[in-house]
Amino acid sequence: MSKEPVAVVGVGQTKHVAARRDVSIAGLVREAARRALDDAELSWADIEAVVIGKAPDFFEGVMMPELYLADALGAVGKPMMRVHTAGSVGGSTALVAASLVAARVHGTVLTLAFEKQSESNAMWGLSLPIPFQQPLLAGAGGFFAPHVRAYMRRSGAPDTVGSLVAYKNRRNALKNPYAHLHEHDITLEKVQASPMLWDPIRYSETCPSSDGAVAMVLTDRAGAARAPRPVAWMHGGAMRSEPTLFAGKDSVSPRAGRDCAADVYRQAGIVDPRREIDAVEMYVPFSWYEPMWLENLGFAAEGEGWKLTESGVTELDGDLPVDMSGGVLSTNPIGASGMIRFAEAALQVRGLAGEHQVEGARRVLGHAYGGGSQFFSMWLVGAEPPAS
Amino acid sequence: MTREEAPGDRDIAVVAFAQTDHRRTSEELSEVEMLMPVLHEVMASTGLKTADIDFTCSGSSDYLAGRAFSFTLALDGVGAWPPISESHVEMDGAWALYEAWVKLRTGDADTALVYSYGKSSPGSVRDVLTRQLDPYYLAPLWPDSVALAALQAQALIDTGATDEPALAAIGARSRADAAANPHAQLRGSVPQGEYLVRPLRTGDCPPIGDGAAAVVLAAGERARELCDRPAWIRGIDHRVEAHGIGVRDLTDSPSTRIAAERAGVHERPVDTAELHAPFSSQEVILRKVLGLDESVCVNPSGGASAANPIMAAGLIRIGEAAARIHRGESDRALAHATSGPCLQQNLVAVLEGDPR
Repeated sequence: MSKEPVAVVGVGQTKHVAARRDVSIAGLVREAARRALDDAELSWADIEAVVIGKAPDFFEGVMMPELYLADALGAVGKPMMRVHTAGSVGGSTALVAASLVAARVHGTVLTLAFEKQSESNAMWGLSLPIPFQQPLLAGAGGFFAPHVRAYMRRSGAPDTVGSLVAYKNRRNALKNPYAHLHEHDITLEKVQASPMLWDPIRYSETCPSSDGAVAMVLTDRAGAARAPRPVAWMHGGAMRSEPTLFAGKDSVSPRAGRDCAADVYRQAGIVDPRREIDAVEMYVPFSWYEPMWLENLGFAAEGEGWKLTESGVTELDGDLPVDMSGGVLSTNPIGASGMIRFAEAALQVRGLAGEHQVEGARRVLGHAYGGGSQFFSMWLVGAEPPAS
Repeated sequence: MTREEAPGDRDIAVVAFAQTDHRRTSEELSEVEMLMPVLHEVMASTGLKTADIDFTCSGSSDYLAGRAFSFTLALDGVGAWPPISESHVEMDGAWALYEAWVKLRTGDADTALVYSYGKSSPGSVRDVLTRQLDPYYLAPLWPDSVALAALQAQALIDTGATDEPALAAIGARSRADAAANPHAQLRGSVPQGEYLVRPLRTGDCPPIGDGAAAVVLAAGERARELCDRPAWIRGIDHRVEAHGIGVRDLTDSPSTRIAAERAGVHERPVDTAELHAPFSSQEVILRKVLGLDESVCVNPSGGASAANPIMAAGLIRIGEAAARIHRGESDRALAHATSGPCLQQNLVAVLEGDPR
């Protein structure tokens, strides 16, 4: 089978902040799109279709905002699609756009994801009362904290691991000019002294609420040949879903995540991810999810993920850097967070990640998840074109 | 056909379609309960089990459900264990079908389940739809969907393209045709009624209702195994227009025109057209843009005039067109779906049966 190879030729994002009061939603998304086009040295006319994603419409209070955004994204007269797969949406959106190229439906596609959380209140957007259903316990942290405790009990991880991740990611964010949180005075002690919110999750181990957008230009082999800068090639991509709650669900290491990673590795010809993948942009909204996902994604055996974190393997200068950009812990425009992981992975293999560049990064995984650990989307990008 | 062939060369067909009986209210049912029977029906008609489906895609809107992440519960009804390859669009299910069609074209999947649903009964759908307008300049004025459609209808009447009696005849014809459609909400002789927003009377406007639909797609030989007469998707395309009502010519639909050309509508005549025209005046525009003459059987199901479950009505148009091909009542059919105020976004598909 010969799918068209897919290349990332442009990446753009906004400086993520708590509130972008200077721009409308349209202004925000156009800023990211314009930067992606500039990176690819393309114009709006070169874009054949637009695939846009964001998390629930209640976060901004606009129903199907892509209709209103058609003008701002140069989509008039073109196909435009709106993907929504909860927190994994940024990744899923990029994969839908990539499929358009792989299937040779379009040659060059703009894909974009955003969230402007300051327009509304994400906590209340997720807290609308539903009869006969368990409420999400005081925000996402309340939902995930028991699963973190289960991980700690199962793996025997010391309770210091979460703060190590937060300290590392916040320091990485200082090297990323687009990251939301720039805590110049961060210390490990400050993280450990921050208030306990949902035991065992401390305040400094949680993600912020951000306004922001990210965009990528995806293109085919011919488009890649014309690209002015190095491109990132897609070697594999997959989505997997499973129900949120059911007897037998492994909330610590959901099978949908394991299956999704296995599919991506199969497509990319990866046999030993720990050895063959150079770095990971992982969706870690609460710090303990780094060791948990290291196991779920096959970088460590069950119960061993925290040892990679503790030994410094996941540091920016470690053997398997994780969340070089600062990750979701430092920047969380929810609907965009998944695509930022995908875009950062692309920047790394293009060698364009700036101060947080991992030297010699040739194959990098971008990862996103959503819902109650039920939706997963991932892609693996490389500096070289795929083999087949 | 095998997976060895190049993407884009694959023939992809609608092999099964099911829909609920559309009703003004279904308050005793959750979305999942509303959806389950149609999922079972399309799976049973193909003999497929969840594990046989390579890709699943759905369409719905949180704003109708009144809560964030509403689609996540519907997934439970699909039987998503072991984990499935799955995606969702916050759009009409016709676009979920488009995403699934693309996935099948890549060769990564041979079968796909597509579903969508919408319950309009819990709230005031006219108010709810105002929330999809430009949030800074238009939505604060709360112009509702009927008022916007009335502007479009009046603009059309002003050009001389139609008049009120002609619009009334469209609604009457649709509901008369719907008498033969057991799923339709409004059937047979329905009074044209009073003005809702001039020049539109209740008979020019769609009923408000709840409903769901599901479709199974399959590629190549797999389609022939699953269906006696597959409805081959010969072309499918969609386009969007500017959002601002003031910058568009409301009597025209350039996005439908482009989509139709890209889908290959004009390569040969179609015998059937299922148009997603919630308002009678929109059928006038679509007929003109698509070049449909009197020889084409338009909306034999009754169309959106007879049942318009939001987020499913577009997918139902594709399903109805495909079902006519399955039954041998059509050889080449056009299906159309719309989204947004005054036909802002439009999808056109061409479906064909094998020669008889």
